[in-house]
Amino acid sequence: MSQSTAPIVEFRGASKRFKAKNSDVKAVDNVSLSINAGEIFGVIGYSGAGKSTLVRMINALEPASSGTVIVDGHDLSTLGEPGLRTLRQEIGMIFQQFNLLQSRTVARNVEYPLEVAGVAKQERKRRVAELLEFVGLSDKAKSFPSQLSGGQKQRVGIARALATNPKILLADESTSALDPETTRDVLELLAKVNRERGITIVVITHEMDVVKHICDRVAVMELGKVVEEGTVFQVFSHPEHPATKKFVSTAIKDKPDPETLARLRGRHTERLITVFVHEDGGYGRRITDVLHDHNVRGGIVYGGISEIKQRPFGSLTWGLEGTDADIAAVIAELSQYTQVVDLGTSANPLDGFGYDIFTQEGEPADYVDHYAQAENQDSANPFSRFFGGKKK
Amino acid sequence: MITFQGGLAAATDWSQMGPKLIEELGTTLYMVGASLLIGGLLGLAMGLALYLTRRGNLFENAFVFNLLNVIVNFIRPIPFIIFITAMGPITQALTGTILGPKPAIVAMSVMTMMAFSRLVEQNLVSLDPGVIEASRAMGASRWRVIRTVIIPEALGPLILGFTFLFIGVVDMSAMAGAVGAGGLGDLALRWGYQRMNWEITFVTLLVIVAIVQAAQFLGNWLARRVMRR
Repeated sequence: MSQSTAPIVEFRGASKRFKAKNSDVKAVDNVSLSINAGEIFGVIGYSGAGKSTLVRMINALEPASSGTVIVDGHDLSTLGEPGLRTLRQEIGMIFQQFNLLQSRTVARNVEYPLEVAGVAKQERKRRVAELLEFVGLSDKAKSFPSQLSGGQKQRVGIARALATNPKILLADESTSALDPETTRDVLELLAKVNRERGITIVVITHEMDVVKHICDRVAVMELGKVVEEGTVFQVFSHPEHPATKKFVSTAIKDKPDPETLARLRGRHTERLITVFVHEDGGYGRRITDVLHDHNVRGGIVYGGISEIKQRPFGSLTWGLEGTDADIAAVIAELSQYTQVVDLGTSANPLDGFGYDIFTQEGEPADYVDHYAQAENQDSANPFSRFFGGKKK
Repeated sequence: MITFQGGLAAATDWSQMGPKLIEELGTTLYMVGASLLIGGLLGLAMGLALYLTRRGNLFENAFVFNLLNVIVNFIRPIPFIIFITAMGPITQALTGTILGPKPAIVAMSVMTMMAFSRLVEQNLVSLDPGVIEASRAMGASRWRVIRTVIIPEALGPLILGFTFLFIGVVDMSAMAGAVGAGGLGDLALRWGYQRMNWEITFVTLLVIVAIVQAAQFLGNWLARRVMRR
């Protein structure tokens, strides 16, 4: 959806420190990041990772302690308070708790930023009507926020954030207080805002599903640092950092986790392999063709395929019956198209995912990848048990 | 002038006491009204200042906050009957006298201001900081945030707090009556209590209860109107 690649927001070695009792806390630590005009950019991290602070550095609600933040060509540190106020009118923001004024009606809430911007009354009324129409709440104009559902409140929040025709919309955990169905509606609305109005959206979230649903690119934050950044497809298909892997696994449950794998081995004594599916190889049809060619019988025992940015993504775990030589040939041929993980048989299991739960000596799996590399970089990481295969 | 020979039997001459009661009611309303107006406005300002200079708020300023905090904490615990006498020199300088309603209004306004500043501060502290952040994010200046967010959002509770204050101010006015300010307190004390005329005491009491009830009713009604959400 990127209409242009010019960065509209740029962090250059930006940090934000807060004074704590004994030492400073670095909420945002030396972050360099570019957000392109017209894209939906996700920032994902656990609570306390610094993502909320990071997003507030864009509208200078939290000014950077050091480094530079450039928004729409302005170095924020050179703008005084009046300059910042003007800039903020070009940056809409929506919040987890909606933050609507309880003492104002829906229409008057949407009108508020227009009052701040000094828009004439006639024009304000016209804009408010148009915005409420856009978010589908025209009939609630005279209601008070307390009379609305969570999803409706967030729609009012979005209408309010769009009132001044901003170039950027900051969404701070905007769906975290909503149920799954309402979340989907609100995300669709955000996608529509991006599509129809060309507004750059920065989405802060701790839910990978949100990223998967609407983002073009994503940055993963941990302890104030951006630990990984890339297109959503890249990050989902080749997560590098343990934190990223953890997030990806929450959104796509296709690979068997250790407990599931143990149950699979109990049910299926045959050879198990996991074949990754993405659009540049590993289609189901191709797998069955290869099996057929090598005289191997196989059935799917676990897995799932979903879409990320309209591209198929996932993995399938197969139970294969055939001679060792034939199966080895199958694996070799499939490996030319996609990633294949050999899990062995229940009698002779292989630690293909690097779960590291096997006690017996065995030839390490031929599954060599970045998981292991990331593990070597950060062996103290708690996620390594699931993702960072230690090779024996 | 009516003189009592001491004793409960003495009948009250309401043709004389009626106008007296009305007059003292007027004095009380004058003292209470003026103190609520002056003390209320100053208390609102001071409460806002306490809230705004708090850590993490719009005009964070530890020095100002601590100074105001100490002033309020210093004056508020002083029993009003002592406070009003201690204010003598100041009221003398301001109004030229220490007798009558005007000097009482000085002391009552100060105490009202202190009490209201705490009520205002407490109500504002419980305000959702999210709405303030949201309006800042929309480019509102700090003064606009105070005018269009902080006060309107807290208006209902502020009106209720102010109504609650009314009772305290009537209470103060009665004590002021004991030290020469006049008003219903004076009437109940000198004409009722000291002459053991229970009739006057109870009539005065009923009038005071009626005023407070009316004020409470008005306050509740106003608060409900602004809080229709």
